[in-house]
Amino acid sequence: MAGTASEYIRHHLQNLTYGNLPAGYERADGSVLNDSTWTIAKNAAEASDMGFWAVHVDSLGWSVLLGVIFLGLFRMAAKKATSGTPGGLQNFVEVMVEFVDTSVKETFHGRNKVIAPLALTIFCWIFLMNLMDLVPVDFLPWLFHAAGVEYMKVVPTTDVNVTLGMSLSVFLLIIFYSIKIKGVGGFMSELTMHPFSSDNIFLKILLVPVNFLLEGVSLLAKPVSLALRLFGNLYAGELLFILIALLPLWAQWTLSVPWAIFHILVITLQAFIFMMLTIVYLSMAHEDNH
Amino acid sequence: MNINLTLIGQAIAFFIFVVFCMKYVWPPITAALQERQKKIADGLAASDRAARDLELAQDKAAQELREAKQEGAALIEQANKRAAQIVEASKDDARKEGQKLIEQAKAEIEQERNQAREALRAEIAAIAIAGAEKILESSVDANKHSEMLDKLAAEL
Repeated sequence: MAGTASEYIRHHLQNLTYGNLPAGYERADGSVLNDSTWTIAKNAAEASDMGFWAVHVDSLGWSVLLGVIFLGLFRMAAKKATSGTPGGLQNFVEVMVEFVDTSVKETFHGRNKVIAPLALTIFCWIFLMNLMDLVPVDFLPWLFHAAGVEYMKVVPTTDVNVTLGMSLSVFLLIIFYSIKIKGVGGFMSELTMHPFSSDNIFLKILLVPVNFLLEGVSLLAKPVSLALRLFGNLYAGELLFILIALLPLWAQWTLSVPWAIFHILVITLQAFIFMMLTIVYLSMAHEDNH
Repeated sequence: MNINLTLIGQAIAFFIFVVFCMKYVWPPITAALQERQKKIADGLAASDRAARDLELAQDKAAQELREAKQEGAALIEQANKRAAQIVEASKDDARKEGQKLIEQAKAEIEQERNQAREALRAEIAAIAIAGAEKILESSVDANKHSEMLDKLAAEL
């Protein structure tokens, strides 16, 4: 991990990418591929040359691992859930469930069995993924480096693919419920008849493109803002930790400790915001009061 | 910052986790919570009921105590009255008995006096006859003069 500061930073921000390189591609070590090959990218240029059909193994691996930890923990509590005196784990899980449940009930007034578990999954999963940010920046990459893995980005939410993957899923749910509740016609009229409306039929038709543009942008802005807000916050946080790690060893704690403490707030807040906005968007999708 | 397949992988993982959470995590926990809520509500209702029951029981107990006291008082009064009656009656009886005894005694005394008088009279008659015999130096035929003697004795 030697090298200049900018190399160090770039190295830390590079995902472990698995993808396809075309035939005739000159690899980082100068060798030329005879056939198109599925392989692990050796540097950032290779990773970006892999194009869309590549996977960030580290982001996906960590996010799935954390999701499994979350669900395993909660499933364990759910299996042993009693209505009697709860144990420590059940207590914790119940607090989380009740917290999410009240958040959902305060915002969402319809009947939907999906939203509350969805919100719980979002909150806990994103919280855990964000929490990886508090692991010292060099610790896990160093371990993996010792094991022969060159790149390792351990905070899945600093990968825009991860946040976009989640927000686009939420987006699909928004569209699905909008159409389910209001029908295709209702959803379309919501997109085209508001916010500008007129009693004159001619004027109404004239206003359709304007409305559609406005509503379309506001609809598309939802998943993008959802994903980029989370990504931006965590990416910035991670970057700051990396920058602090460039300081001399004896001085690092003066900055990293306050930033880590502040970051606890950011981590929780971002997970909460993602959850709340999901609930709000879905509740808007359920409402038919335009 | 490459947008790639990770996005779809993440979406699939997200979908699976949400479904798992919806099927296997959320329902048991909320069910347990609701059951506990119900239990607590039931418990509170039961304690309310018990408190009301206790109040009722206390009222009832107090009333019964009051009734018992009244009854006891009535019984004591009755007993006192009865005792007074009995005392009165026995006093009466005793008085009567005494009276009777006195009368009996008086009657006996009367009888004994009469007997004594009878005896005395007979004795006196005999003495009188004896005296008269002495005086007359002849015997007096007791049978002949019994009428006279009896008259005499009756005068004594």
